[in-house]
Amino acid sequence: MNAVDESARRESTAVGTAYLEVRGLKAAYGDINVLHGIDFSVAEGQIAVILGANGAGKTTTLRALCAMVSTEGSIKLDGEELAGHSTADIVRRGVAHVPQGRGTFPELSVEENLLAGAFVRADNEVRADIERWYETFGVLGERRTQAAGSLSGGEQQMLAIARALMLRPSLLLLDEPSLGLAPMITRTLFEQLSAVNAAAGTTMLVVEQNAILALGAADVAYVLEAGAVALSGPASALADDDGVRRAYLGY
Amino acid sequence: MPVLASVLGVFDITLDKLGDGELWLAQFFRGLSDGATYASVALALVMIYKSTGFINFAQGSLALLGVYLAYVFSVEQGLPVAVAVVCAMAASAAVAMFVERVLIRPFPPNHALPLVIVTLGLLLIIDSAVGIVWGFRTRSLPSMFPSGAPIEWGIAQLTWRTIGNLGTVFAVVGLLYLLLARTKTGLAFRAVSSNLESARLVGIRVGPTLGFGWALAAAIGTLGGALVVPDLLLEPSIMLRVLIFSLAAAALGGLDSLVGAVVGGLAVGLARNLLVTFLDLSELALATAVAVILVVLLVRPTGLFGSARVERV
Ligand SMILES: Nc1ncnc2c1ncn2[C@@H]1O[C@H](COP(=O)(O)OP(=O)(O)OP(=O)(O)O)[C@@H](O)[C@H]1O
Ligand SMILES: [Mg+2]
Repeated sequence: MNAVDESARRESTAVGTAYLEVRGLKAAYGDINVLHGIDFSVAEGQIAVILGANGAGKTTTLRALCAMVSTEGSIKLDGEELAGHSTADIVRRGVAHVPQGRGTFPELSVEENLLAGAFVRADNEVRADIERWYETFGVLGERRTQAAGSLSGGEQQMLAIARALMLRPSLLLLDEPSLGLAPMITRTLFEQLSAVNAAAGTTMLVVEQNAILALGAADVAYVLEAGAVALSGPASALADDDGVRRAYLGY
Repeated sequence: MPVLASVLGVFDITLDKLGDGELWLAQFFRGLSDGATYASVALALVMIYKSTGFINFAQGSLALLGVYLAYVFSVEQGLPVAVAVVCAMAASAAVAMFVERVLIRPFPPNHALPLVIVTLGLLLIIDSAVGIVWGFRTRSLPSMFPSGAPIEWGIAQLTWRTIGNLGTVFAVVGLLYLLLARTKTGLAFRAVSSNLESARLVGIRVGPTLGFGWALAAAIGTLGGALVVPDLLLEPSIMLRVLIFSLAAAALGGLDSLVGAVVGGLAVGLARNLLVTFLDLSELALATAVAVILVVLLVRPTGLFGSARVERV
């Protein structure tokens, strides 16, 4: 574990200052504390993955970053404090979030979902971006006028991701993007996310159950256990860690 | 079967009434006119239902307040009626925004029960406040439309008021449709009603969006009230009756459908006038409206045009 921590530090100093810097993050639902002061950081342009058992607090961590749950602690994005701002303001700073499960507007058409994703944008390239994601996610283009609720679960998941990308986010939070997707599609999706990351330099924080795939795509990884960071390090180092392999990779 | 005979006797069906074509036509026109007024208040109910998933029982009371303001602006201050109604619409919109901000927004928007209780309380408060301020004496509010009828067949008259009521409600539904389907505000409104959490996550400010919905609904309700009241007399309980017919209209139309509100309103207006005339049911008119609500909820909860909410399975 020490070795892993050590190399994580080296890795993050090598890449430069952190783009997302979280210190002492606590979160609670009512009076139930779920996160007990976690620290993590993601460098600009990196992909970070959060692993952890069910109920470890992964979803809560992403929700805390968007002010969707009551939090304490510091969340710095590109040096600016996000804590204390409303979700709407955080989105305007370029943070997009694909929530776990139902992330679309079921009564709205596919195209309106994408337009809603660009709600805070004022530029005139929204149309072009919609066409771009239609090309990337072929099924969405075929179903542009159809109500999102009538898409299959996997198609809705793609729509939720495309919807988030319509923000042209600088930080993309993805909560189990592979949920309900066929293995082949999941692999393609991760390739597409890596491509977006490479092309636009979008920093990404991904919660994922498919640890092999996620560690393959990610630069750094954090393992959450009962609301605390149990392990962290470069994705490649964690993939080789025996404890992680037994608990999350199953070999 | 003396019981059956006396029950039927209450209805007093007379054949010569049923055969009277002019009477049918006259009641048809009146039904359309009443129906248009129910439809406009129903549109206000639908706007709130669409965005929040609950029925604003105070909708009629906000309209009541609006109509009294229209009375003040026109009869007391001497403004032309149409101008007075527009001012009253703006004023009731402002009141509704304030109410939404202070009494509604503190509650979580997806929990209907506290909101239903708040709006019921609001209904009582506004209705009695109006009674305290303006008293219970009846007053009359002039219509926005000229009197007289351009088309007449004996006792059947297609009056300017009927034409005006129908024209107004079609214009309102058309404008609402354009607003919802074609503008960014409309997109925000529909996104909030579709998925509150994702609406937040795309940066929509949910509170102000719902506040806007309340303002718009109150303005439409006030306009509906200004269509109804000239046919009746203005007194503090008037909108309660209208609210029940409008609820029946909205339920029949499907609660979340604008077109449904209009079709439902016209259907309830027609049914009411025909029942009252041909079955002599005037004492039971309100009960018929409640019966419509119950039957729709039992037989077809989504109404004629409502959408069953689509959920991912
Ligand atoms: N809305 C809520 N109200 C109360 N407690 C909650 C709520 N949401 C989550 N929790 C609790 O917070 C803890 C962490 O939940 P969270 O959803 O963050 O877990 P997770 O790591 O995302 O799990 P999973 O892998 O199942 O998605 C759980 O114990 C859960 O019971
Ligand atoms: Mg989760």
